[in-house]
Parts: sequence; C-alpha cells; structure tokens
Amino acid sequence: MSTNGNNGKAQGIKLPIYMDNHATTPCDPRVVQEMLPYFTEKFGNAASRNHQFGWEAEAAVEKAREQVAKLIGATPKEIVFTSGATESDNLAIKGVAEMYKEKGNHVITAVTEHKAVLDTCKRLEKYGYRVTYLPVQENGLINLDDLKRAIDDKTILVTIMFANNEIGVLQPVEEIGKICRERGVLFHTDAVQAVGKVPVDVNKQNIDMASISGHKIYGPKGVGALYVRRRNPRVQLVPIIDGGGHERGMRSGTLNVTGIIGLGKACELCMQELAEETKRLSGLRDRLKDKIFSQLDEVFINGSMEHRLPGNINISFAYVEGESLLMGINDIAVSSGSACTSATLEPSYVLKALGAGDDLAHSSIRFGIGRFNTEAEVDYVAERVIDTVKRLRELSPLYEMAKEGIDLKKVQWAATNE
Amino acid sequence: MAYSDKVLDHYTNPRNVGSMDKSSPQVGTGLVGAPECGDVMKLQIKVNPETQVIEDAKFKTFGCGSAIASSSLATEWVKGKTVDEALSIKNTDIVRELALPPVKIHCSVLAEDAIRAAIGDWKKKNANVPEQTAAD
Repeated sequence: MSTNGNNGKAQGIKLPIYMDNHATTPCDPRVVQEMLPYFTEKFGNAASRNHQFGWEAEAAVEKAREQVAKLIGATPKEIVFTSGATESDNLAIKGVAEMYKEKGNHVITAVTEHKAVLDTCKRLEKYGYRVTYLPVQENGLINLDDLKRAIDDKTILVTIMFANNEIGVLQPVEEIGKICRERGVLFHTDAVQAVGKVPVDVNKQNIDMASISGHKIYGPKGVGALYVRRRNPRVQLVPIIDGGGHERGMRSGTLNVTGIIGLGKACELCMQELAEETKRLSGLRDRLKDKIFSQLDEVFINGSMEHRLPGNINISFAYVEGESLLMGINDIAVSSGSACTSATLEPSYVLKALGAGDDLAHSSIRFGIGRFNTEAEVDYVAERVIDTVKRLRELSPLYEMAKEGIDLKKVQWAATNE
Repeated sequence: MAYSDKVLDHYTNPRNVGSMDKSSPQVGTGLVGAPECGDVMKLQIKVNPETQVIEDAKFKTFGCGSAIASSSLATEWVKGKTVDEALSIKNTDIVRELALPPVKIHCSVLAEDAIRAAIGDWKKKNANVPEQTAAD
C-alpha cells in the first residue's frame, strides 16, 4: 500500500497539499508585504507619544483597527487587540463574569465550544459560578428553546460560537442574540472560524462581544481581537492583564504592531474577497464531497450541510480508523477526530456531542479547504482518500464482518483494559 | 508524530493480510479490542495438529498505523513457532522491534492479546490433542 501518490507533479500540484485551514492558514503574501516595513524601519512602540516612530506605529494600528471593525460592522473604538482568540475568549468571559458578579453568577455555553471557552468556563465554576452547557442536536445546532429555558434571573452571559472549528456548523447567532437582548443578557460569540468567511454584522446579529483570530484568516499567528460593544448596551469588562492600561484599559501591554497590521490587512482582504471566495470554496468542497460519495459506501457527513462554512467538510469513513487513513495520505494535511490523533487519546468531544458514536468519531476526517487550494488539489485529494479507504477496508475486520451481515452493535467485544 | 521506519514498512507492506476458515478445527481465531476504543484486531493461526506448529497466520486490523504494524509483526513472529512458544511473545518485544512511543504501547498489548486469544481458541477446539512432548 503506497503512502505517496503518483505524479502529483504531473497534475501540476505541489506536494504536500495543505487542506487543514481550520487549524491554521498560511499568511496571504499581501499581508506579509504590509507588515514588513514595521519590523526594521517603522518599528516604533505605538504608545510612544512623543516622536515620529511612535506616531507612525500608532497610525498604522489605528488603520488596522478600522479594517477589523469594518469587517464585522463595528466602530474602531470597539476593537481591542489581543494575542489571539484564546485570550479574547478569556477576556470576554472572565471580564464579564467579574464585572457583573453583583448582577448574577450564571453563564450559558454549549458542549461543542472550543476549549478556550470550555476551559475558561470550568475555571469560573471553580470560582463559584454556575455554568450551563447546552447540548446540540444531531446536526450540530443548539435548540433555541433549550437556550430560552436555561436563561434565568442570575444569567449574565451567553457564549456560543458562530462557526464550529471541527464540523464547520453555523449556529443561529442572530436568533440567539435576539433572545439575549430580550432577556437582558450579554451575548459573546467566538467568531474565529466565521469572520471573513460568512457575513458577520454585530448590529444585525445582536452580538455584544466577538473573538477574532489572525491566523485563521490568512494573517499571522499571535494576534487577535475582541469586539466589545459600546452602545445599546455598553459592555464593560474587568481586564485580565494589568499594566499600563492600553486598549482603553481593557488590555495592557505593548501592542504587537506588526501582528496587528497583519490582522487588519487580512480583514480587509477578506472583506474584498468574501463573496467570490464563498462561491469558489463551496464549489470545491462540494466537488470533493461528491467525488468521495460517488466512489465509497458507508460514508457519513458529520453536522448540518445546510448551515455550514463554505470550505469545511467532516466525513466519517466507517470501518476505517482515522489515523491510519491520515498515514495513507501523508502527502495531504488534514485532521481527524480519532482518539489516536489527539494528545489525550480521547476521541473528538464535538463528534461525540452529535451522538455519532465513538467508532464513527475514530473514523472521521476534517477537510478545510482555503483560499490557496485548487481544483486540481481537490481532485488529487479525492482520489487518494478513496484509494486509501478502499485498501484499509481490505485490512479491516469490521468491514469484513459488516459485509457478512453481522450487526456490529450487537457484538460482544473483548476489549482489554488499557 | 514521527513513525519508525519499521512501522511505516508494515503499514505500507503489511504481511499476511486476510482471513482463514473460522470453522476449521486447525484454525484458531482471536478477536480483540472494540470499535469504540478505535482498535480491533483479528488474528488467525493455522496449526499443524501433530507438531502443534503454527504453519500460517493471517490478520485484519481496524486501528492506527502502530496497531496495524503490531498485528502484522505478530503474524510474522508466530509463524513457525509452536503454540506454546508463541505464548512467550511479549508486547515489550513488539515495542522494541517497532520502536513504539509510550502513547502507542497499548497497540502492542492488544497484539499480544490477539495472539493469546487465537491460541486459546485453537486449544479450546482441540482440547483432546495431547500436549507436545519434550522431543518436539
């Protein structure tokens, strides 16, 4: 069984192929160009108020602030720069919890959130806050009635991600925001995977805070932002980092000028390219899906196809384990929900929450198609995946048993205690 | 995670993939693991009833590259051994041979269990066969 495809070159493809754009994205070269002068020429500290080096750094930062704000329909004063979305999530959740603790101590989130939200909520529980983790339906969406029922007079924050990083599913944020407005509860959304890929409008969608990440939208790693609403209602936060009061007191620390400029440029490019890119990426994604489904049986899509990011698809290949599949396509970068691919040997909790069953979680592959993927690459990936799945099924005792008509759910497995 | 060359070799060129007739009295079948755990191994041996030598072995595995390599190696090692000699194969031998990292040791444990399960199955089917003598 070959692990390398033949003739990637013949099809005009450069190997290895990167198709894991939900994990991170390459910087757009235009973003890098924008950042470069600020490393060695215009290297001033944006907080240096008294000389040209500081002024020009500050001007560049303010331009970036505007670019970020424009992408989500906010005003520049509402953008706080951070080291990334993990910090933004921490700031939003802890900042609100601390500020509004006299009002209440109840936070609502969902079981499929990113660890940056879930672990922060767990920390709040240690401090004595109450957290409700809403379940999701089989399609990955929360049930709005569950949310309405969960809000009580002690609820101070609802935090639900706009788009899920594993299954690409889009939550009904506008409706969630509306419910929160009606009940007087603040609404934060981890918008990392959504910004720049689907329309985000903080006013239309009733969003009070939103986390943004640079390296998910073809910007640099190590920079992000938090949108913090100033009007109707005005959101206040207790900062999690002290030391100088930068960013209107909300986030102290010398600004990562080069990173911020990169983030701003990335946002500007996304805004310009969003409509066309959405069409192109969903076309490529559907092409990949259709090829795989036409050649393989017993394959399943995890999460709603209707409410989904354009470039994402997450597929379970029954009877084949995820890590062995990745090994077989080792000239292609994608990821899996299999336990063997995780540092903790736990299968994906997001897939578990869909009710798929651990065996399908172990058999899942996430494809994240992005700005720089081509149709030729998609065709190559489809071919290699199909080929590898077929060969691994020849190796699979489960496929053999299924073909014999055995119901695998009824088998008494003799698992060892590991 | 970097795989050892031997793991990659077994994955790319697995030895003895396939199935034997489960109902044959010469065949012992071991099926270990569980789909929810992400690891299932089926290992089968064909034993010569007179000499109790394992003449052939086949495997099929649902699992990661290290699991596939461990079970493929297991079929290589049991061939030519008597059933009792095969029982002395330890998972630590497999770990050493394949240079498995700590996080993959459980794959070798499952392979050792698969060998034992196959032998156990064969012994159950052949309970009336006399133990091999020291002369063998």
